[in-house]
Amino acid sequence: MVEERVAALATRSIKREAKMWALRTAISMTDLTTLEGMDTKEKVRQLCHKGIRPDPTDASIPSVAAVCVYPNLVGTAAEVLEDTSVRVAAVSTYFPSGQAPLDLKVAETRRVVADGADEVDMVIDRGAFLAGDYVKVFAEVAAVREAAGDACLKVILETGELGSYDNVRRASMLAMAAGADFIKTSTGKVSPAATPAVTLVMLESIRDFYSNTGRVVGMKPAGGIGSAKQAIRWLVLLNETLGVEWMTPRRFRFGASSLLNDLLMQIRWLETERYQSPDYFTRA
Amino acid sequence: MGERLAVRKTYKLYIDGGFPRSESGRTFPFVSGGGSEVVHLSRASRKDLRMAVRAARAALAGWTGRSGYNRGQILYRVAEMVEDRAATFAAQLELGGSSVSDARAEVAEAVDLLIWYAGWCDKYVQVTGNMNPVTGPFFNISVPEPVGVVGMVATSAPVLRGLVAGVAPVISSGNTVVVVASPAQPMIAITLAEALATADVPAGVVNVLTGFPAELAPWLASHMDVNAVDLSGVHPDALPDLEEAASHNLKRTGRWETPDANLYRIAAFTEIKTVWHPKGR
Repeated sequence: MVEERVAALATRSIKREAKMWALRTAISMTDLTTLEGMDTKEKVRQLCHKGIRPDPTDASIPSVAAVCVYPNLVGTAAEVLEDTSVRVAAVSTYFPSGQAPLDLKVAETRRVVADGADEVDMVIDRGAFLAGDYVKVFAEVAAVREAAGDACLKVILETGELGSYDNVRRASMLAMAAGADFIKTSTGKVSPAATPAVTLVMLESIRDFYSNTGRVVGMKPAGGIGSAKQAIRWLVLLNETLGVEWMTPRRFRFGASSLLNDLLMQIRWLETERYQSPDYFTRA
Repeated sequence: MGERLAVRKTYKLYIDGGFPRSESGRTFPFVSGGGSEVVHLSRASRKDLRMAVRAARAALAGWTGRSGYNRGQILYRVAEMVEDRAATFAAQLELGGSSVSDARAEVAEAVDLLIWYAGWCDKYVQVTGNMNPVTGPFFNISVPEPVGVVGMVATSAPVLRGLVAGVAPVISSGNTVVVVASPAQPMIAITLAEALATADVPAGVVNVLTGFPAELAPWLASHMDVNAVDLSGVHPDALPDLEEAASHNLKRTGRWETPDANLYRIAAFTEIKTVWHPKGR
């Protein structure tokens, strides 16, 4: 059922003005991400500048929603992004495995918020979840929720490790009930990462949670979304499941690194009617 | 037993080492000289062209990274494969109106051209590069390097030899190519693609599109990820617009009237890199 609906929605054709709107909206929803062991301060600074002004030749292109980095680089990102609309997101709770004691996860979360993170991307303990220890998972999310204070809390389910759509829905509900502001598919370190089917299951969980409790929760697919075409398919899923109120960076994000340049290339293709080359877009 | 039904070949495109139909599903008919035979070919769309350029770009690093010697071996192998299909090529040329002797001669010339360019693969650098005389304790060396992805609107004069005279020099230096075949006898281009596909030429190094050059050439010329264009098959009236389109990313453009063995056709699709190196006193 899920796969059929996703396949049907993937055939929607979004062209011209609607496509241009979707591309620009997708940029404004992007959490521009770098999560590599070899990240440096300079790379993060470059990425932040790219996030503020994605296309140096076109000031009308919106800034991205946030720049997402490892805890070590939060201070660097916060310095560059101060006084801009771009927010600092930090992965936390011993990302990507989450295999650490709760007090360390809480301490890490307090630290990234103190260093300037506006948003915290935490991972759930998949081992505990799959073992059926839902109480532990719930308690951890709730504890990190408290430690994050006013920061926006995104809870990564790592759906590629959960095994079934039932588990994805259960984990979504658990995370939302424990206080998540966003639920997020993946760390990007596990394959499969964000698939349309898993996203649909999570969007439907958000819809049901909203109708039961009245609390708005956002959605963030992350990992493996590299092309504008995919991004537009995700926006179709979003619009068809949660409606236009969710079509805002406050309620929907893309976690991605290479997506941004493809969006920029597609915009320039629409503007110039010339097929584009990555040679003419900045790397960072 | 009744008369045997004809088993006719389906002519498809050649993209990234495979033979897909046009994504658009379109075809166009080729009618032989006397109108005795009609062949339907895939009519490539601009989306097919985009896929072909993507394949050529992806294949570039691997092909450029081969030794010139190895590219020479592979081009020689292409010559062997064309020779092996000589009868097929000749029959198709005859369908297009060539006499039997002209057709045979053209196939032989095409094979010879391939062997000629195969020989240049590991030699053009020495001949078109140079050690420049400079005052000072330096070596100053200019070496040609392949420009990258080349787009080609193939000539029909004559069709097989013209095609080989276009493709062979471009790939000999390590470029990859997207060819828009001449509509004069488009089956020739696909048969050549079959020879390439069985001759150790890696997927994506040569991509062949059949269809209407007037429809495809503007997209090829304006494509920002194409580094040079060979417009030998373009009517002079259409040249200014295509050259203007090619100018947006400063593409090299070239056009040749005669499909000869010509070292400068290799040089035209290379970029000169000059390096200084200290040599002591």
